Amino acid sequence: MEYHAGSYDVIVVGAGHAGCEAGLAAARMGAKTLMITLNLDMVAFMPCNPSIGGPAKGIVVREIDALGGEMGKNIDKTYIQMRMLNTGKGPAVRALRAQADKFLYQHEMKKTLENQKNLTLLQGKVERLIVEDGVCKGVITHTGAHYYAKTVVITTGTFLRGEIIIGDIKYSSGPNNQQPSIKLSEHLEELGFELVRFKTGTPPRVNSRSIDYSKTEIQPGDDVPRAFSYETTEFITDQLPCWLTYTTEETHRIIDENLHLSPMYSGMIKGTGPRYCPSIEDKIVRFHDKPRHQIFLEPEGRNTEEVYVQGLSTSLPEHIQRKILATIPGLENVEMMRAGYAIEYDAIVPTQLWPTLETKIVKNLYTAGQINGTSGYEEAAGQGIIAGINAARKALGKEELILSRSDAYIGVLIDDLVTKGTNEPYRLLTSRAEYRLLLRHDNADLRLTEIGYKIGLISEERYQKFLAKKEAIEKEKKRLASHIIKPTAQVQEVIRNAGGSELKDGIRAADLLKRPEMTYEHIKMLAPADVEIPPEVAEQVEIQIKYEGYIEKSLQQVERLKKMENKKIPEDIDYDAINGLATEARQKLKQVRPLSVAQASRISGVNPADISILLVYLEQGRIARVSNE
Amino acid sequence: MEFDTIAAISTPLGEGAIAIVRLSGNEAIQIADKIFKGVGDKRLKDVPSHTIHYGHIVDPSSGQTVEEVMVTVMRAPKTFTREDVVEINCHGGLFSVNRVLQLVLTNGARLAEPGEFTKRAFLNGRIDLSQAEAVMDLIRAKTDRAMNVALSQMEGRLSKLIRGLRQTILETLAHVEVNIDYPEYDDVEEMTHKMLIEKALYVRDEINKLLQTSQQGKILREGLATVIIGRPNVGKSSLLNSLVHENKAIVTDIPGTTRDVIEEYVNVRGVPLRLIDTAGIRETEDIVERIGVERSREVLKKADLILLVLNYNEELTPEDEQLFEAVKDMDVIVIVNKTDLPQKIDMGRVRELAGNWPIVTTSLLQEKGIDELEEAISSLFFTGAIEAKDLTYVSNSRHIALLHQAKQAVEEAISGIEAGVPIDIVQIDLTRTWELLGEIIGDTVHESLIDQLFSQFCLGK
Repeated sequence: MEYHAGSYDVIVVGAGHAGCEAGLAAARMGAKTLMITLNLDMVAFMPCNPSIGGPAKGIVVREIDALGGEMGKNIDKTYIQMRMLNTGKGPAVRALRAQADKFLYQHEMKKTLENQKNLTLLQGKVERLIVEDGVCKGVITHTGAHYYAKTVVITTGTFLRGEIIIGDIKYSSGPNNQQPSIKLSEHLEELGFELVRFKTGTPPRVNSRSIDYSKTEIQPGDDVPRAFSYETTEFITDQLPCWLTYTTEETHRIIDENLHLSPMYSGMIKGTGPRYCPSIEDKIVRFHDKPRHQIFLEPEGRNTEEVYVQGLSTSLPEHIQRKILATIPGLENVEMMRAGYAIEYDAIVPTQLWPTLETKIVKNLYTAGQINGTSGYEEAAGQGIIAGINAARKALGKEELILSRSDAYIGVLIDDLVTKGTNEPYRLLTSRAEYRLLLRHDNADLRLTEIGYKIGLISEERYQKFLAKKEAIEKEKKRLASHIIKPTAQVQEVIRNAGGSELKDGIRAADLLKRPEMTYEHIKMLAPADVEIPPEVAEQVEIQIKYEGYIEKSLQQVERLKKMENKKIPEDIDYDAINGLATEARQKLKQVRPLSVAQASRISGVNPADISILLVYLEQGRIARVSNE
Repeated sequence: MEFDTIAAISTPLGEGAIAIVRLSGNEAIQIADKIFKGVGDKRLKDVPSHTIHYGHIVDPSSGQTVEEVMVTVMRAPKTFTREDVVEINCHGGLFSVNRVLQLVLTNGARLAEPGEFTKRAFLNGRIDLSQAEAVMDLIRAKTDRAMNVALSQMEGRLSKLIRGLRQTILETLAHVEVNIDYPEYDDVEEMTHKMLIEKALYVRDEINKLLQTSQQGKILREGLATVIIGRPNVGKSSLLNSLVHENKAIVTDIPGTTRDVIEEYVNVRGVPLRLIDTAGIRETEDIVERIGVERSREVLKKADLILLVLNYNEELTPEDEQLFEAVKDMDVIVIVNKTDLPQKIDMGRVRELAGNWPIVTTSLLQEKGIDELEEAISSLFFTGAIEAKDLTYVSNSRHIALLHQAKQAVEEAISGIEAGVPIDIVQIDLTRTWELLGEIIGDTVHESLIDQLFSQFCLGK
């Protein structure tokens, strides 16, 4: 029966990693928000590896936290192991990764949602949108309930026309055998959206009791307490290890012999899979010479014996999966609890979105997460918070937020999606960020807290703490820049012990710190501060001084980018009216409709000559307007 | 990129004895000051606007004086582009103008794109609105032409070398990226400073080699390298003199790659020719005799165009036939000279030997046939039958400037490695090297790094 079920500012469809951030951000900003999910027991579910973070992704989690999001806090409450990666490398690429208790993670997130003011959490299946004159006004569920809202965010992950494939079996399903969302996919096509078919996969899960860990290597967490959120003060000390083992020649032989049974090669799978997340059969075909591949055994939680077999993503038939598992040291007698599978799903071609994540076809409609062609919980959450912020700001009549490529990995991610599109499930990599020295794990708060505070997602208390930290950093940097360290015997000894060459003359503390062998700890000994310098301040001082030259270079590049970003392109520009644009450039510009000249210049197929012409045209428009006045 | 300082030679190529290097942009005066040495301690930054100054252009890296010049300083906004403009008037002809441009480019200016001065003039409101469409057409047309030139150069040896170099860097970058994005994959060896410096030194050495060849004039070369050959007394010297006198000699006494080979530049109906071994022709009339067979072959090998001179008044000799054989795969114009004297040459045999090559008969003594010869040269060039083996002059300046910048970037990477800077930060300079080299061949697509990553390494869960 069709009925009017309520009116909201913002409706979020889906409660995965994108949906949770979108719903919480909107509600916290004061928008009356409704979240509708297919299954309330599946809030913030991790259908693939039970881990959060890693290179680039971990930085996204910090960015979400600096903007006032939830992912960082939630994983800090529920991890079973935490590690800092790339500690041997430069500060730009350090990244945290946590193994999650995936069940606890869901429970904690659900609790947070349930207790959030302004937020209504509801189980239901959205099948249609209410769209009038190209403007989204609400959603309709399979029970006929009409919910109205000023803006709607869709975060339906891999559920759109999802199909699971194992060997020669294929059936309609969302991840982990949940209900797929078929009618919504059809409805989006009706509305005029172009969809693509993507594929991803997951490995089998096994029972921990049946693993012989003596044949594997232990992979413990860090001893140092670590956290994603800048607000976390309590740390979990009781960590669980992961375990490392390898595939064998026998594994490879079995896969080789049964390749014809793989839906990847039989032609059953048509969707495009991600290169960075190949199935084991794909790895063996493409890198045939490699004698072995790593397999990480990751516990799925504290209160379960289920173990995730990382490195063994596969869609081979179930009985072959069992055979493969038995060839791996430690897993000879393993009990498989769930088989691995491949999943195909529909995604929206993301160039149909504005950088705000609003769709170009339907106003007031936003999409975020895997539906936009990405892969990964963090990528989803990063888009989720931006879509949530913008849906709320639009509903509340405020200007929307766009992060630049030089602001955040989230900015890189969204710009890549809406400007270049993607022909495989998109994953963030540090190499995608041209300003990665500026987009560090350690300075996410310095980059984004201000923005989070302005939009109302960062509390006054946290903001004041942030300001104090910022001030302390500047003060200490200033002090070190003027403090002269004299070549006394004590100083020379400290330098010698650190492996450096002795001073010939007095040297400014900041200059000494720039030497590769010197750390802030050394400088603190040689030039003690009057006040206690907290470790997070010392870290910033050290990085900012040590890499000053490189940071300066990056900032100069950003300066140039900003100039081009400030050259705005009006939304109603008529590319057909511009003489001289190359045909391909004209088509691409009409499709992407970039908001700035900087964005236009990143579109593939738009060359510098086209940008020149565009600039001239824009300038012509400016002059024309002036002369009309 | 829209606001940086741009530079170009603003006088037509190869015409006129004075050439002007023009700079426009915020840093125009500052850049000019870096290479200008005026009388006393005069600095361009201190001089009044719209004044002209005598002085020398000095290479700041070597202290060597490059050119005697007059420099005009015009400050914004009363200039063509409404930006600060400096014009360096050079007298020394193409070669030294080119060096001045090089210096300007290596000291902070960027080579202007075709039509860019006009574009800036427009963007800064200097040009009337009604001219806007014309400006756009100009940009499009010129850029397309420039791109065609660029494309034809793509096949060249330089681009092959650069591609190879970029691939080396790309593989290195991908290796470092994999270490960063997949820190736990033991399949991939950890990139060490030692491995990285090996690669960086290799890249630097290769860039240096390229730059050295450019200094020797192998890359930096304007006009078609042209050699006049023929037996003694066929009239090579007269031909040279005709070409030089008919067309204004642009440069004289420019030493080439050897002390023996002297070059002169002439402009034949818009085609710049660089006449090689003019000294040899003048002094002894015979290049082979004078510098030896091997050396003369080398000279021939470098030539873009051969003018083979025969004597109308003599029968073909075995020596003549050897000359045809020596240049058989090259672009040749056959000149049968001395038609003022009775014919003794077998023209049928000449046509047979010449094949598709044009044949021009002349009497240089009576100044007959020179028009036909010039016509033959220009039609060969403009129909594209002959092309400069190396690169054209404008692109060359751009390439060399980019090579210099690439060298600087890789040197910064090397000093970073030596100072123990973490590899992922050193990589910033290495990426910059890769991008700069890419600009030379017009390829800077970032996506290729990610492609390399996934094709080179086995990654993923």
